[in-house]
Amino acid sequence: MAVAEEAGHARRSSPRADRKPFRLFHNLMPKIALIPMIATALVVFLGGTLWTVVYSFTSSGLLPRRNWVGLDQYERLWSSAKWIVSIQNLALYGIFSLVFTLVIGFTLAALLDRKIRFEDTFRTIFLYPFALSFIVTGLVWQWILNPDFGVQGVVRSMGWESFTFNPLNDPDIVMFGLLIAGLWQGTGLIMCIMLAGLRGIDEDIWKASRVDGIPTWKTYVRIIIPMMRPVFVTAVVLIASGIIKLYDLVVAQTSGGPGISSEVPAKYVMQTMFGGQNLGQGFAASTMMLLSVVIILVPWAYLEFGRRKRG
Amino acid sequence: MANPATLASTFAAKQPVHDRLDDGPHGPRPKRSFSRANIFLYGTLALVSIYYLLPLYVMLVTSVKGMPEIRMGNVFAPPMEVTFEPWVKAWAEACTGVNCDGLSRGFWNSVRILIPSVLLSITIALISGYALSKWKFKGSETFFTILIIGAFIPYQVMLYPIVIMLRDTGGFLTDIWQATCGVFTSAEGSCRGRIQLFGSLSGLVIVHSIFGMPILVLLFRNYFASIPDELFKAARVDGAGFWGILFRIMLPMSMPILVVAMILQVTGIWNDFLFGVVYTRAEQYPMTVQLNNIVNSVQGVKEYNVNMAATLLTGLVPLTIYFFSGKLFVRGIAAGAVKG
Amino acid sequence: MNEMTKVDAGHSVEIRHLDLQFGAVEVLKDLNLDIHEGEFLVLLGSSGCGKSTLLNCIAGLLEVTAGQIIIKGKNVTWAEPSERGIGMVFQSYALYPQMTVKGNLSFGLKNARVPKAEIEKRVARAAEILQIEPLLDRKPGALSGGQRQRVAIGRALVRDVDVFLFDEPLSNLDAKLRAELRVELKRLHNQLENTMIYVTHDQVEAMTLADRIAIMRGGKIMQLGSPDEIYNRPQNRYVADFIGSPSMNFIDGRLEGGVFTSGELRLPMEGYEYAAPQVSDGPATIGIRPEHVVTGELAASAPVQTEVLVELVEPMGSDTLVYTELAGERFRIRMDGQAVVHAGDRLPIGLVPAKASMFDKSSEVRL
Repeated sequence: MAVAEEAGHARRSSPRADRKPFRLFHNLMPKIALIPMIATALVVFLGGTLWTVVYSFTSSGLLPRRNWVGLDQYERLWSSAKWIVSIQNLALYGIFSLVFTLVIGFTLAALLDRKIRFEDTFRTIFLYPFALSFIVTGLVWQWILNPDFGVQGVVRSMGWESFTFNPLNDPDIVMFGLLIAGLWQGTGLIMCIMLAGLRGIDEDIWKASRVDGIPTWKTYVRIIIPMMRPVFVTAVVLIASGIIKLYDLVVAQTSGGPGISSEVPAKYVMQTMFGGQNLGQGFAASTMMLLSVVIILVPWAYLEFGRRKRG
Repeated sequence: MANPATLASTFAAKQPVHDRLDDGPHGPRPKRSFSRANIFLYGTLALVSIYYLLPLYVMLVTSVKGMPEIRMGNVFAPPMEVTFEPWVKAWAEACTGVNCDGLSRGFWNSVRILIPSVLLSITIALISGYALSKWKFKGSETFFTILIIGAFIPYQVMLYPIVIMLRDTGGFLTDIWQATCGVFTSAEGSCRGRIQLFGSLSGLVIVHSIFGMPILVLLFRNYFASIPDELFKAARVDGAGFWGILFRIMLPMSMPILVVAMILQVTGIWNDFLFGVVYTRAEQYPMTVQLNNIVNSVQGVKEYNVNMAATLLTGLVPLTIYFFSGKLFVRGIAAGAVKG
Repeated sequence: MNEMTKVDAGHSVEIRHLDLQFGAVEVLKDLNLDIHEGEFLVLLGSSGCGKSTLLNCIAGLLEVTAGQIIIKGKNVTWAEPSERGIGMVFQSYALYPQMTVKGNLSFGLKNARVPKAEIEKRVARAAEILQIEPLLDRKPGALSGGQRQRVAIGRALVRDVDVFLFDEPLSNLDAKLRAELRVELKRLHNQLENTMIYVTHDQVEAMTLADRIAIMRGGKIMQLGSPDEIYNRPQNRYVADFIGSPSMNFIDGRLEGGVFTSGELRLPMEGYEYAAPQVSDGPATIGIRPEHVVTGELAASAPVQTEVLVELVEPMGSDTLVYTELAGERFRIRMDGQAVVHAGDRLPIGLVPAKASMFDKSSEVRL
């Protein structure tokens, strides 16, 4: 062995290669390198969540305080008209958003998957809104749906004087005004995921169904969609977790109005926490949001990993 | 084998799926180019395209019209007279409250937030993802699983605890600074400065790094996991350590994933509204927050053309990235979709 | 077995009571192995037998649960891979894609802070030995599989170490190239004379390259011995079955008074070397290699003669494989490639008990 390498060895070699090192200090560097990640996971995500849940049982107002009031905050929450409206709005928006996003996303993907020309162009057009923020989305659609100059005004000026489409000022349909904007922003992503799912299906399936003489629509409904179950599950989880976080869009497009008719839970949390000096109420409301996520995620995780364990 | 990080690998599977977009279509080929089915197909796509393109068009035409023309009342009409004044006004003169220096302040704030946030979050995630994929130790997968589950927790749940953490950490660092600073300098008064994390750009940078972590760590972990273990073993036999393997072997192979992470973070951080509102003060508001304040302010006459110019200006950065990065953006959002 | 416990200067690598567990799974169990200076040792076994795991433990790429690994008299059980004085060649070559061949060869030396002139010298020497001089400035992506594997070997070579570890290095190559590189590896070993530990699942590689073969199964060494010993005197039924292609014929029966019987078949075990000096009567299994069955004119001169019915014939060019039945068991016979046999023929055969292997039926250990 060369002298130089001997020297190199001597400098670098661990002093006790024959002794089993103490577990924590063995390969110490990766552990040090992971400290930011571990701290984020444990302190911020786990610790922060527990903190909020714990303080939702206090009467904290301007500052967090540990005077326990049991479920008082939750009782107040569920007797607040604004919260009830928020929940109803979210449910309404959620159901329609989920159904329409899946249907539009899949349909567009299926159309794009039919060996068409300009596929890239169409894909670029359908996806670009996803690059924009909800603030931009909300403001554009606020302008397009403007009763005087937007869609309603244009149709009326063409002669149909009685035409009414004013979602942003009509408490009954304001959530649909938000839905139009939300779908515009988010369907492109789901289309992309669906398209990838369609591309993942063996081309021989199509050949087989052609040989068997099965009509195209039937192939989609009976064969392709069932095969794409995992893709749909992922899409549903993505859409659902996006719906619960709905906030920026409402702030930009309607500010919760008219009145409180387009309030959503996330906005309620923000107002009570940072606007209303009513922290305990905000904590209780955000804990309810957490609970709804758990209700969505747990069955999914159970299905997903239960099946994996069995299979 | 029971792997605690299977949750993550569910999404891991999605990454290669998205590369399949390049595969070419699998569906049946339409028969003739002018068949009825084909006209229906392209007709539908064209119609849907109008819905998607309309807002971009409306933003553009409104932003170059004068106010009198807008009051004549058709958002869809092309401008009769093109003026760039709304753009100038949006950039330099638009008011939020008492400040009337336009969106430019928000733009530069966003840039000041964006650059350190992107660098810090990607650095942390790169190192973490590498450690998690190639230097596993007992418990490392559990921490990772907690991190990934954290990605699904509504931000609202963690907002306030982070306020407290930032404030207290800032206070703690200030105490250390004031206790130790005298050692380094004797100048009178130079040790009075306070370190503020809550309500400052540095605090927001930390918050962006925290919330960007699950998706970025996942992204890098999966990427490094796809690099053969034998390469890593060979480097260890060759005497390279934790950092040596990262910088000499892994990093030179990571350019594609770094670009994807960059696209993901730049768009995500630029478009953020919530954290900007919560963790900064008015003079440091990022562009999105300022835009919303300009457009939705109740004072004065609404200048729709200025509003749309401002909106378009704010959307310009992510749009530019989108149109230039193409397929890499698709990969990025495919991964970023987990963020929800 | 006793010699394994004392430190021997002639031993290059010593493995003592090695245990390795992944969670609750025991991958290696109390494994002992001594490898001599300059020896070419092959670890052979089917996938999942622990052979690659053992190699990774020797390299320091896996942490052992218990036991010791001693290289050149130095306990390196917990040393870093680079501090063990080993070089390693991987199945997938594992060349650093962004570095040139030269960069690949010198990376380890740079990490060890070897002076530049010395690096140049060693890279040049390795390139000369492996005949890859013209490739030095190319990137691995521009090399063929065979060239890549040479570079990978070169990377171990420049380290100037005493122990080379090979993890299925030829598995990714096509058959022709594999045969070529096999010969070259043997030549390299003759030239360098260092210790080589070689993992493979290919018995041809094992038989042709090895000084000694360790056949592994379930984390244990089933037999350690020269290719000749392994082939002719397998210590247990597993090894007998594993080595040889087509594999050995087994017939269950009884051993009584030095005569093996199974149904009609009677084999007096004259000339058979028993593993133990005294063998008690009882159920036994006899193993006869297809190539040890005597056919044709010579069959008459074999100690035991019988006749079988040919069921199926597989002509393979160099030889012919004949499927028959003997004592109720399927029985394969390897004949000359020119032999003329047809299904349905009655074939007279001769058996040589001295060349057979006999195992205890329940413990499957050689008698």
